[in-house]
Amino acid sequence: MAVAQQPQEQQTQSKIPTKRIILWLGVISLLVFCLAPALWQLLTSFKTNDAIATIPTIYFPNLSELTFNHYITLGWNFLRYVFNSALVSVISTVICLGVGAPAAYTLARLNIPGKQIILSCVLVVSLFPYVLLFLGLLELVKYFGLGNNYISLIIPYTAINLPLTILVLRSFFLQLPKDLEDSAKIDGYRTVPMLLQIVLPLTLPALVTTGMLAFIFAWNEFIFALTFITKDEMLTIPVKVAQIGGASVYEIPYGPIAAATVLGTIPLILLVLFFQRRIVQGITAGAVKG
Amino acid sequence: MTTLQLENLRKQFAPDVIPVKDISLSVEDGEFLTLLGPSGCGKSTLLRLIAGLEQPTAGAVKIGGNVLNDIAPGDRNMAMVFQSYALYPHMNVSENISTSLRLKNVPQEEIKRRIANVSEKLGLGHLLNRKPSALSGGQRQRVALARALVRDPEVFLLDEPLSNLDALLREQVRQELKELFKSQNKPVVYVTHDQTEAMTLSSKVAVLLDGIIQQLDPPRRIYTHPANKFVAGFVGSPQMNLLTLNCNQNKAILGDYGFPLPQKGQSAKMIDMGLRPEDIHIATPEDELTVEGHVFLEENFGREVLLSVKVKGSDQTLRALIPPDDEWDNENIKLGWSHRQMHWFDAQSGERIEAADSPVLAS
Repeated sequence: MAVAQQPQEQQTQSKIPTKRIILWLGVISLLVFCLAPALWQLLTSFKTNDAIATIPTIYFPNLSELTFNHYITLGWNFLRYVFNSALVSVISTVICLGVGAPAAYTLARLNIPGKQIILSCVLVVSLFPYVLLFLGLLELVKYFGLGNNYISLIIPYTAINLPLTILVLRSFFLQLPKDLEDSAKIDGYRTVPMLLQIVLPLTLPALVTTGMLAFIFAWNEFIFALTFITKDEMLTIPVKVAQIGGASVYEIPYGPIAAATVLGTIPLILLVLFFQRRIVQGITAGAVKG
Repeated sequence: MTTLQLENLRKQFAPDVIPVKDISLSVEDGEFLTLLGPSGCGKSTLLRLIAGLEQPTAGAVKIGGNVLNDIAPGDRNMAMVFQSYALYPHMNVSENISTSLRLKNVPQEEIKRRIANVSEKLGLGHLLNRKPSALSGGQRQRVALARALVRDPEVFLLDEPLSNLDALLREQVRQELKELFKSQNKPVVYVTHDQTEAMTLSSKVAVLLDGIIQQLDPPRRIYTHPANKFVAGFVGSPQMNLLTLNCNQNKAILGDYGFPLPQKGQSAKMIDMGLRPEDIHIATPEDELTVEGHVFLEENFGREVLLSVKVKGSDQTLRALIPPDDEWDNENIKLGWSHRQMHWFDAQSGERIEAADSPVLAS
């Protein structure tokens, strides 16, 4: 028996490392593939102008080639644009969830005549490439005199994010056990407290996920922000970054652009890390027999 | 003293979707009414109508003579246990149990006392701080029960509370349920599709089909005197033998054999005969009714053997439950039973036909 087992053991021993090596190779190449542009920006933002311009490219700069200057040239002013972006994104996300969640709940639970038609309309709207709407929106913004007003960004961002929010939240509500709501009614909850105290806590993961998507879209949006806002102190980060220019037409300030990109991304990263814990699937586990 | 009354209750969702057609019944204190029926018979809808989760299209739900139709589910003072338990996943056990009391502004002291009381009764004391996700299926079921008991409601409603438990646990919880609700002395309405639960737990069973009560009787009578062919076939396991037989003068004909019809002077051409497998035995010389045939299928249950027998001169099948110790010849088996154990049903309407000589019990 012992003789027969030996080759088997050897086989399994030699098998596991190869499997692991392949796995880690895969993980690393995937990470490099996804993160390379971001890491490249990060590296550039810390390199001196000379180091940036050097060919062959310096991948591992020494101390003399590192600097904080790019960040310093951005100055405190840059916080103003971070604030603009944050304001527009937060408000549009909040409105989006505030309008989308009740709509989604209604479409999931109540029997409204023409429900299917409403749903397919929502779906069709989300199919439009939003750039197509852009010219029409510009006319509207001009007509209502909303140019250089945060509202001109908040409204379109909310509207563009709403269909996805409604569809995602609706499918979430559909899989939320209805027994829970019936049980709450029998326990004596009125409709609104029931929604707030029973349904809302269970919906939190879905709200955070869709809210995050809406927020990221609003934070990164460029065309609307470029067109509807021209006043410098109201610009959002993507537009501002694109406007950073050198002393002459022929100079492209790679360092400051990279630094601005990094600064503009940090809030998003912090946000995702913070809410990541909230996106815990299976929070409904234990409510009903699975 | 509370009485739960349903009067001509009807629920219509669409012109051709009528889960509850016309149901009237009443449940007194201490009575345990089971709504029994196959899926889609309207039993769950009926329970939801009683709870107030659905509004009836017509008819009334009453407690002690007061019409409840316009009263919200939370104000009806009924407790309901759901099939899925429906525990709030973000609250721990004691919060789950006490929600209804807190909403009614019961004083803290009283809430604490009642939780302690009910959790001791159900053995939940050590689980009070756990979230439902950290409980086993049986424990969740107890929490759901505790949530109902703690309210001290006027009526208990239970929607298939045992169907999510495994077979052994189910048997155990069934016994506990019976004791528990006996001590509560309140009207209980219990929905199930499981006839064992219906027979063992209830003091009264309502067999439902297509939104109509087929029979409303104590379990024993449902078994001995099924009101129609559906009830006869639905209650009892293995299923009752139901054979459609031709009539000839005063006899119903099964292969080479004839059985006297239940009522003299009957003119129908066909009649349905019902005979429970457990009422058939290997024929003895004293048996007045016997048939011969050959066994084509044998199923062993351990305690008894279920034989499927083709009757001589016919292709109809009789199934008989026989103690395994009995001896028989598979090729030529002789089965016997007595007159009293036969059930007769009208071939057209399916209604029960009482035998002329059998004592008619008041229902």
